[in-house]
Amino acid sequence: MRKQGQEKLITHIIRIAGSSSILFILLIFFFLMREGLPALAEVKLSDLFSTRWYPIEDLFGILPLLSGSLIVTVFSILIALPLGAGTAIYIGEIAPRKVNEILKPTIEILAGIPSVVLGFLGILVLSPFMRETFNLPTGLTAFTGSFLLALISIPTIVSIAEDALYAVPNTYRDAAYALGASKWQVIWNVVLPAAKSGIMTAVMLGVGRSLGETMAVMMVTGNAPTVFSGLNSFIAPVRTMTATIASEMGEVASGSLHYRILFLIGIILFIFSLIINVYSSNTLAKRTAKSRAKMVS
Amino acid sequence: MVDPNVKISIRDFYLRYSDGRVVLDRLNFDILRNEITVAFGPAGGGKSSLVRVLNRLTDLADVAEMHGEVLMDGVNLLDKDLDVIELRRKVGAVFSRPIPLPLSIYGNISFGLEVAGMRDKKVMDERVEKALRDAALWDETHDRLEDPAYSLSGGQQQRLCIARVLALQPEVIVLDEPSSALDPVTTAKIEEFLQEAKKKYTIFLVPHNIQQAARMADYAGFFLQGRLVEYGPGEQIFLNPADPQTRDYVQGRFG
Amino acid sequence: MMIQGKKFTESARSKHITQGIAFTIIRVIAVVTVLPILGIVVYIVVRGLPAISWEFLTAMPRDGMRAGGILPAIVGTFYLMIGTAAFAIPLGLAGGIYLSEYSEDNVWTRLIRVAIISLAGVPSVVYGLFGLGLFVLFFQFGISILSASLTLSIMTLPVIISTTEESLRSVPYQFRIVGISLGGTQWQTIRKVILPQALPGIITGIILGLERAVGETAPILFTGATFFLPRLPSSPLDATMALPYHIFVISTQVPGMPIQIQYGTVLVLMVFVLGMNLIASLIRSRARANRQW
Repeated sequence: MRKQGQEKLITHIIRIAGSSSILFILLIFFFLMREGLPALAEVKLSDLFSTRWYPIEDLFGILPLLSGSLIVTVFSILIALPLGAGTAIYIGEIAPRKVNEILKPTIEILAGIPSVVLGFLGILVLSPFMRETFNLPTGLTAFTGSFLLALISIPTIVSIAEDALYAVPNTYRDAAYALGASKWQVIWNVVLPAAKSGIMTAVMLGVGRSLGETMAVMMVTGNAPTVFSGLNSFIAPVRTMTATIASEMGEVASGSLHYRILFLIGIILFIFSLIINVYSSNTLAKRTAKSRAKMVS
Repeated sequence: MVDPNVKISIRDFYLRYSDGRVVLDRLNFDILRNEITVAFGPAGGGKSSLVRVLNRLTDLADVAEMHGEVLMDGVNLLDKDLDVIELRRKVGAVFSRPIPLPLSIYGNISFGLEVAGMRDKKVMDERVEKALRDAALWDETHDRLEDPAYSLSGGQQQRLCIARVLALQPEVIVLDEPSSALDPVTTAKIEEFLQEAKKKYTIFLVPHNIQQAARMADYAGFFLQGRLVEYGPGEQIFLNPADPQTRDYVQGRFG
Repeated sequence: MMIQGKKFTESARSKHITQGIAFTIIRVIAVVTVLPILGIVVYIVVRGLPAISWEFLTAMPRDGMRAGGILPAIVGTFYLMIGTAAFAIPLGLAGGIYLSEYSEDNVWTRLIRVAIISLAGVPSVVYGLFGLGLFVLFFQFGISILSASLTLSIMTLPVIISTTEESLRSVPYQFRIVGISLGGTQWQTIRKVILPQALPGIITGIILGLERAVGETAPILFTGATFFLPRLPSSPLDATMALPYHIFVISTQVPGMPIQIQYGTVLVLMVFVLGMNLIASLIRSRARANRQW
């Protein structure tokens, strides 16, 4: 009988410890709110959404930061999507197995490179290159950041897009071949459209990754809070939300308005990432269930 | 009154799964002490489910409703407070596909002993050897007890599955199509084993074809879609069945 | 089905040409994607190797980090890794075991899964904020190895839970039935049969999770990392140097920092991280070869 008591205890411990993630996500949510929400009492919303971020003079307009994050992220996806999807197509549909045995681990290596290392190379290699090639006053620009972010999100996009392509049933391909299609026509006209939602999900997750990236952008985007003002902004310095938090948190007094607004920005990042991640995972889960159902019927 | 010859008596037993299937209905069935009782019939008759009821493996399945009486030596096996762990040692189960644990040959047999709390290595060694001898596997394995169980052939693996049940010194052995995946030679060995074993244990067997049923049954029950159609001594059921459905099945008119 | 009505009946030649162009573009894309990766690794090795010496790896820094070794950063990263492991492994294992072996298909389980997905999506700098608010300030652990490890461990939980669950689920269900059928309890069966079989996958997941934690800067920025440390940390309540933070500071905030030392430090971090990656891959492939079933 003692055995049964012991078994019950272990089951309880596993249940409680196993549910701890709920506790942690609630804690994160709660603490962000606790430290950040009071800022809303001290600052008017119109001031918050103004265009000047200058904490020293008590100007807390976050539009430049939102704009900075947006530009850098959008542009990085413009680079990462074709590269990531193209590589996924190559790996999944065209490359011989021997090539994949080298290619896939290489992408995994990229996934493992710490973002601070990429930021480091961005400062020492990419930024001077940008400055000289495009004749800019500085190489620390939104575009430099986008380039690094693309490198960071490519492994995610490749992996998920690869899964999406793999999930397209072979019967689709066989049917197209039977109708006289060439391999490329099969890929372009049949496989890609069928994998579209999966690839979109891959892009969403890439966006999430880019939005949340801190070190690489902090090191190469120049940290100038300006609002998007036309195409020139791509090759000018910007400031992202993440970089703002990281660079200014060390200098604020705990409990001050500046401190609370940084937490508020954190709340915005938290909510954005939450929406993106939960939505993408839901889509991925539904697709797995659908393709499993297809296999059974 | 409790008949001393009956090891397990089943009365008015009903079993329904969550997907709606009623696999056993109004079942009245006796499994006699130290005899081989056989349940045979076409697929879907509920026989496999009955095997799993006897050691409460049904606890792991999606059972919606189960009621009735399954008495072993007067104890109702369906009781929620029953010590099912002890039950599973008393009623040892062998299944149609041999599933060795991913351990060594020795480890497969000692697993049941270890979880029962046995610590003494010497006693464990003795029990393992005895179990392997009783299952006619000792000669083939005694010099490689630490080898992975999966290095054995299919027939040897099934005998290993029998051995690990024997090591727990059960009172009843239930077998669900134990030789369906095996060749005739190994099948004959297992049937020989069962004939010997019934002297010590009570055997409940679901055979994988009717010939095996006829060879092995001291007592037999014919199951058709969850109902027991006829039950009686083996000779009577196979040579002179009373019920026309039994007769049709035994004579091969359907299968 | 979407192929109905589509005829692929251009002339064979124009199909061939289109395919040739398309395949070439795709091949170029793949090369363009892979080349920078190889370039990065090679470049770091080439420029960082000259800095590596026994002194570099084992001596304390001198002259405001501009000379000497980076021992405290290496040791600090190591301490953070151990600290993260200490909290993340038990909780992560429990989470994975719970989801795979004990959970039912109900609302609570679904909530747990949403929580895990959410934790996985929280940006690293937000983890830093959280760690600051909860561990540094509220619990008053201060800027310390403890605060940083706790923060990093929550960040690492989703990876460990997912890979643990996946590894356990990949062990055939029959083994559980057999274990129970032989009189084992659920936990006994898990402990003696299922877990050992799932262990290589679990360990791989742990290593990959810790690899990421080791390379992160933002979560430790305000919770544990410091730049100038006269001695090695002597207790979990001390702040510590760490390789990622060190790289960040020496490449952006220290005038006159020798380039060679910068590349050397980066190389050390890369070896740390990619080394863990390699070990995880080796464990994974060896396990696949050794599988009995």
